[in-house]
Amino acid sequence: MQKIQINDDGFYGAFGGAYIPEMLYKNVDDLKNQYLKIIESDSFQKEYHQLLKDYVGRPSPLYYSKNLSQKYNAKIYLKREDLNHTGAHKINNTIGQILIAQRMGKTRIIAETGAGQHGVATATVCALMGLECIVYMGEVDIERQAPNVARMKMLGAEVRAATSGSKTLKDATNEAIRDWINNPNDTFYIIGSVVGPHPYPDMVAKLQAVISEEIKKQLLEKENRGHPDYIIACVGGGSNAAGAFYHYLNEKSTQLIIVEAAGMGIHTGESAATSVLGSQGIIHGSKTLLMQDEDGQIIEPYSISAGLDYPGIGPLHAHLIDSERAHVFSVTDKEALQAGLELSRLEGIIPALETSHALAVLDKMKFTSKEIVVINLSGRGDKDLATYMKHCL
Amino acid sequence: MNRLIKTLEQKPSNLLNLFFTAGFPYLTDTITILKTLQNSEVDIVEIGMPYSDPLADGTTIQESSTIALKNGMKLQLLFEQLNSIKEDNNIPIILMGYYNQLLQYGLDRFLDDCKNAGVDGLIIPDLPLSEYEAVLKDKLEARDIAISFLITPNTSTERVDLIKRASTGFVYVVADNSITGKSKDISDEQIQYFKRTKKLMDTKPHLIGFGIKDNTSFRQACDYANGAIIGSAFIKALKEMKDLEQEIPKWVKSIKTNEVIPNS
Ligand SMILES: Cc1ncc(COP(=O)(O)O)c(C=O)c1O
Repeated sequence: MQKIQINDDGFYGAFGGAYIPEMLYKNVDDLKNQYLKIIESDSFQKEYHQLLKDYVGRPSPLYYSKNLSQKYNAKIYLKREDLNHTGAHKINNTIGQILIAQRMGKTRIIAETGAGQHGVATATVCALMGLECIVYMGEVDIERQAPNVARMKMLGAEVRAATSGSKTLKDATNEAIRDWINNPNDTFYIIGSVVGPHPYPDMVAKLQAVISEEIKKQLLEKENRGHPDYIIACVGGGSNAAGAFYHYLNEKSTQLIIVEAAGMGIHTGESAATSVLGSQGIIHGSKTLLMQDEDGQIIEPYSISAGLDYPGIGPLHAHLIDSERAHVFSVTDKEALQAGLELSRLEGIIPALETSHALAVLDKMKFTSKEIVVINLSGRGDKDLATYMKHCL
Repeated sequence: MNRLIKTLEQKPSNLLNLFFTAGFPYLTDTITILKTLQNSEVDIVEIGMPYSDPLADGTTIQESSTIALKNGMKLQLLFEQLNSIKEDNNIPIILMGYYNQLLQYGLDRFLDDCKNAGVDGLIIPDLPLSEYEAVLKDKLEARDIAISFLITPNTSTERVDLIKRASTGFVYVVADNSITGKSKDISDEQIQYFKRTKKLMDTKPHLIGFGIKDNTSFRQACDYANGAIIGSAFIKALKEMKDLEQEIPKWVKSIKTNEVIPNS
């Protein structure tokens, strides 16, 4: 197997690159030339890790789930990203990106959000650093993730509705990119996942890599070995999965499991199962797998989960799938809701709907009792209570 | 010979390039608009291939694309429409669209269909220069189809030079650090940028686009370039027109002269 890594042009195998209009060229090029230097600098490392520790509350626990382990006959660990400040893995990335933005002299921050977790995480770090914050969010998502809209406003961010297309994450991303084109000098775009033009996928993966760095240490302590047999993560754009996989990408004895949203069912026309329904093309400046028709028009996805309701996936994941390094499961709305309810009842943890998709895979896999399984518990379910109540209770 | 190159050679000033979206306002209007522009002294037409996610376009063009797609516009249909009036058409035609459209349609198939339909040039805003050189350059040259790349106020001098050399048609000078559809007047800062650009371009044909909307801005653009491209303002006008064949020539005249043309 070839080593999984990004090349100088920002490609993982055939996927990645920067397919952007000239209006974005300087901004993206500046970032490309500076992000590694900044991330590797002592001052960044010190401030980033200090904030992750004291502000976010890292390291997040690696929790041995006795009840799930019993039920599914394996050693199941939950990486508790839900316990981070603001309730999901998204803050690892926004802390890092805002420190980069500051070092590049930017004063105005924009972001897109689906579930609102990235929007909240961005609004939070902007409040912390005293920077102006504008978050683009699809009209449909504003409605189904109302608690997060309120949190963003409380934190002083302006939430702007994206009203084109399916009025969800893809459209919010389009609007954020347009904003950046219109404000090329003072503005930094904090992308919320491992998507977009190079260097974003690599930068976000590096900022989320702390997840697998910790898993390695924690497993070594608990199991006397650093690598699990399986790591399972849900994939919208793929940032929590990229973080959980990062230090295992070239560790062949760990199987990487990507879980995508099948919506009402893969072939119902109401789905976001990109690995099955997608083909190679360009979305948001990156060559990757996406759902599209024969003219390259992007097909509107559907998932009950706003964070997985995206017609593409990050180029790293496209490459992991294409090279068969990762295995993909597609999980329907119904299966996810059921898995969310199950974790709540078995362990007293209410997961985000996105995360519930990852949990639903347990029922689709066969383990042996000694196998170690890590599920990345990407976020908590407070924001989804209305949806759970409507469908489960 | 490529009609676009010929036009750029024969008429070095005051070129008017109008942009409209294929299949907008109605599916067959592509043909009506093209035919009408023939008799309106327009020098170049740029036809937008409607795209679901047009990142480099402002609201007006984005909305026209959404409507065109709803009307059922497809690339194959656009080529059929262009073929149907090929014999009568003598204005250079440029197609504007996004790289993913070409990739999915198939690069060779797309370029062959362009050639057959009498397309003279392409503008693909999200096509990287490196990918163009590696994948498309030879294919375009073999078919005598020109390409235009964009520059903006933030494009470095070294990069302007690269883009100037790569563009086989004109260089597309984006008038402002923003996307189409803004309706403010041209500022002093923009004029400085136009002057700077004119110097850098030297004899290279270049047209100014984005934000050109009336006779005043058209004149201003023509002072510093070989001509100008009007997109959003034309789309907005098309949306209001009841009789395209009657009203388009008048609208074009209002851009070229500052006489007020009474609506009969
Ligand atoms: C809790 C949670 N998990 C997962 C995701 C999906 O994003 P990604 O695939 O980038 O991790 C989101 C996105 O909003 C989220 O809020």
